[in-house]
Amino acid sequence: MDRVPILKLGDVLLVSIQIDLEDEVALALQSDLSERIVDTGARGVLVDISALEIVDSFIGRVFADIAATSQVLDAETVVVGMRPAVAMTLVDLGLSLGGVRTALNVEKGLKILRKDLGLRGVEDLEGIAADDPGSA
Amino acid sequence: MGEGGDSNAVVLQVKDRRDEVVAAWASSAAARMGGRLSAAEVTSEVGALYDGLAGALADGRVPEVSAPELDELRAQLAELSRTRARQGYTPSETAVSVFALKDAVLSQLGERPTPEVYADFVDFSKFVDDLGLITFETYAAAREEAIANQAEELLELSTPVVKLWDGILAVPLVGTLDSARTQVVMEKLLQTLLETESDRAIIDITGVSAVDTQVAQHLLKTVVAARLMGTDCIISGIRPQIAQTVVGLGIEFGDIVTKAKMSDAFKLALSEAGLVVTAARNHTDA
Repeated sequence: MDRVPILKLGDVLLVSIQIDLEDEVALALQSDLSERIVDTGARGVLVDISALEIVDSFIGRVFADIAATSQVLDAETVVVGMRPAVAMTLVDLGLSLGGVRTALNVEKGLKILRKDLGLRGVEDLEGIAADDPGSA
Repeated sequence: MGEGGDSNAVVLQVKDRRDEVVAAWASSAAARMGGRLSAAEVTSEVGALYDGLAGALADGRVPEVSAPELDELRAQLAELSRTRARQGYTPSETAVSVFALKDAVLSQLGERPTPEVYADFVDFSKFVDDLGLITFETYAAAREEAIANQAEELLELSTPVVKLWDGILAVPLVGTLDSARTQVVMEKLLQTLLETESDRAIIDITGVSAVDTQVAQHLLKTVVAARLMGTDCIISGIRPQIAQTVVGLGIEFGDIVTKAKMSDAFKLALSEAGLVVTAARNHTDA
């Protein structure tokens, strides 16, 4: 089974979904992600879905669950890069992904996390490395 | 007549006497058109139609209108119908100049045609009627096409998405909002959001004539879709009556920001983006 890579950028975990998200892959991502949040102590999660052409009601719920789980672990989730067609499908399905924050692209998503939560993202990596070489 | 297979006496007459038939056809057609086309024009049109027809009459029988030999004639008739329509003739006038062939043929049958010849004439006459109907159908089809094109253009025209500032879009809605319209608006807005990377969009409904639950539903759908992509929407241009209707119908806009005027919405969008509009210091009012 394919797995979705989870990349650590400072205090933020970046999940870029580049494959067709089948149900089991999505569930595996959900559990992998919660473990990684605990392991790394990340404060923010960026889920990039700009490559996803289809989001069904199940995947929509997984995103909401990911956001809720992260919230419990004190990490904010931002889903970024949703395509217009996907957004329209979700609306037609009556799903509004309540509780999930969204942004147009990774850059804007990172900005939201940095601004609202005072998180340190990619641009601060050098600073982090200087503070604590182990965490970079 | 009827002997020698199914050959039709009238068809034989028509095919063998080109000049007489064309002349009679042209004069009959010109008379029915009330002199709005010159005799020479009518003669050349009718001559071309006759030549297209003659091939299909070669075996002396009344052809089927759908026969492959008549492909060219059908195309000619369609073209004639289109040209005439452009020149401002009614479809009846066009059809009548085809029906004039019947007069022309009848005049070629001599003083006292036999009943058999009359029977053949009726068969031929039916065929001419079918030809006349082709011009009518072409006219109607061209009309339908024009109407469909205009409806489509109207839909496109009436849904502009404009950029007010870097990162701020506006969608001024005019007219009625039905689901087809909403779909077009939504698609265009979301696509433009993506292209311009805008964080905020203002949906202005000043030009929307009435807001009922259906329209509100469509508006909410658009706002939710934009939110899913990470853009906040402001709904502006809510007229007093509309505000009352909305409350009367119990429509909830939830946490969607609504403003009375588009300028208020723009101001809010600017301040959320951290921008301030100030008067230039050296500006003097004349």
